[in-house]
Amino acid sequence: MVNYVPVLIILIIAIGMAAIIIILSRFAAKNRPTREKLMPYECGVEPVGTARERQSVKFYLVAMVFLLFDIEAVFLVPWAAVFRGVVQSGPYQHLRYVFYGEMMVFMVVLFVGLVYVWRKGILEWNR
Amino acid sequence: MGQEKLLFIIFAVIAIASALNILLQRNPLYSALSLIGTLVALSALYVTVRAEFIAAVQIVVYAGAIMVLFVFVIMLLNAPGNQLQLERQKGLRYLAIPFAGLMIAEMFYVVLSIRLSTLPPVPAANAEQAVGTTWSIGTSLFTDYLLPFEVTSVLILMAVVGAMVLARREGE
Amino acid sequence: MTNLLLEWIIKTLVILLILVTAVAYVTLMERKVMAWIQMRVGPNRVGLGKFKLWGLMQPLADGLKMIFKEDIIPLQANQWLYVLAPAISLVPALMTFIVIPYGSEITLFGRTIELHVTRLNVGLLYVLALTSVGVYGIVLAGWSSNNKYSLMGGLRSSAQMISYELALGLSIVSVVLYSGSLDLVEIVDAQRGFHGLAWNIFHYPLLILVFVIFYIASLAETNRTPFDLPEADSELVAGYHTEYSSMKFVMFQMAEYLNLITASSIATTLFFGGWNGPSVGRLPFLGPVYFTIKVLALIFLAMWIRYTVPRFRYDQLMRFGWKFLLPASIVNIIISSTVILFTR
Repeated sequence: MVNYVPVLIILIIAIGMAAIIIILSRFAAKNRPTREKLMPYECGVEPVGTARERQSVKFYLVAMVFLLFDIEAVFLVPWAAVFRGVVQSGPYQHLRYVFYGEMMVFMVVLFVGLVYVWRKGILEWNR
Repeated sequence: MGQEKLLFIIFAVIAIASALNILLQRNPLYSALSLIGTLVALSALYVTVRAEFIAAVQIVVYAGAIMVLFVFVIMLLNAPGNQLQLERQKGLRYLAIPFAGLMIAEMFYVVLSIRLSTLPPVPAANAEQAVGTTWSIGTSLFTDYLLPFEVTSVLILMAVVGAMVLARREGE
Repeated sequence: MTNLLLEWIIKTLVILLILVTAVAYVTLMERKVMAWIQMRVGPNRVGLGKFKLWGLMQPLADGLKMIFKEDIIPLQANQWLYVLAPAISLVPALMTFIVIPYGSEITLFGRTIELHVTRLNVGLLYVLALTSVGVYGIVLAGWSSNNKYSLMGGLRSSAQMISYELALGLSIVSVVLYSGSLDLVEIVDAQRGFHGLAWNIFHYPLLILVFVIFYIASLAETNRTPFDLPEADSELVAGYHTEYSSMKFVMFQMAEYLNLITASSIATTLFFGGWNGPSVGRLPFLGPVYFTIKVLALIFLAMWIRYTVPRFRYDQLMRFGWKFLLPASIVNIIISSTVILFTR
């Protein structure tokens, strides 16, 4: 647990660096705003419409499928970390085929999910 | 031991402050960001009880995947942040106070009835077999908790199918 | 305890200093590599006062110039998020470097110093977590700029990043299968021996495929060509950083190059033996030297790819990530675990 203190240290130092950079630019830079400079950029013409319009639902679907496969990956990580140890020696060695088989079942079920998403056309972006 | 208590207090305060901020913000995007802050503080709390794997997974899955989904949804739907809410039924406001009081009393009762001596001790720094480390999760997931694990895969499949059905109905 | 704290702080500061300098010079390296591939010379004039330095002071000149550029915050932009987003991009990019081992141990001033800032049991998962958090910087930058192009670029960029994060994570799982640990220090230590050439790539040849998947996924993660459509100049102006100027823009650029350096460092650690190399046991200071050489080679490879290959269209990009890379990494895991199971 004590090994995590450097994480805190670098978090604080990195946030400090970011803050210093922002403050530096706030003081060192010129600040002469004109109407054109403050408008949203739209290749030189006056902006049309607002930026807060509805976006496509495709992004939601991608995020959803990503979430589910991320959970799968998270289950795979501890399995992978102990798999070699279990196979080679240790108190669970007689269960090594079970270990392997269980995870294969898990991955097959999720592969079915991937095939479903594939066939439904979620992974095509140019509908 | 004083340092652990100090760290616990700091992260607990951050977690509670972020959680309160979720409720106090008008803009839903700020609420989502406060939720991310709460999750990060919780992850730090997990580290203080030596559950490092859970801490890392909390950030990867919860703060890194689920909250991304939330943020995408907020951006897709474009919920305006500054609308004042309509109050449909004023009477509910008066009902809320006794219920809140009831919940707080219940929480106090539960917390105060835990006797500290019956809790398992926080594992020592080098305990490989402690709960929440990679080794213990890896092995127990496939021995003691095999059924929940396989059921989880089916649950995830159900979630995929459900999400696709719900989202495609209007966009078809 | 205070001794340990001091050691950590000094190591962290040294690494941050080296990192910031490295980022600056990687930008110069990019411009020179781009130039030579395009048959021209690149920046070669910036010196220091009377000294001719053949362009080596270019990053310093660019940095100083950027500080003095005008700092515009668009009128309708969401002020808080607009300023926060580059910080959210930069901070996780800096934080990965404390778990990477740069060498074994050296003895300085009578103390044995290990050449990694800290040793986390779940080091690899920590790196994955930071990559996941880095997505927020981009999507918030796109949203808060209140510009249609930024929003579209930001959403597309983050959708691309999360799609390829899966392939990245699953290819890391393959390596973890062989190494049996999530601890980066342990993964590198397992690649010792055989005159320092027992790298994972040579020891387990299947990992070559995994390395290819990992490298392609990390090119997409860091938004480098051929996956940089969301920030391509002719497509979406500049994507999520259209409305940014001055130092906030610099923070985005720093974060991008830092992510590239991180991806190359992780690839070196996982596949190419980290700091291992010939005769590193007798001369421990060679550890960081080998590490730097390998990381630079991988960065050069990324730049080479950038100036050789045309861009993917966005739907081709997403299709490639989901329909090819993800199944390929899953198949790799199945094959690797089968091999381990049957050849104990």
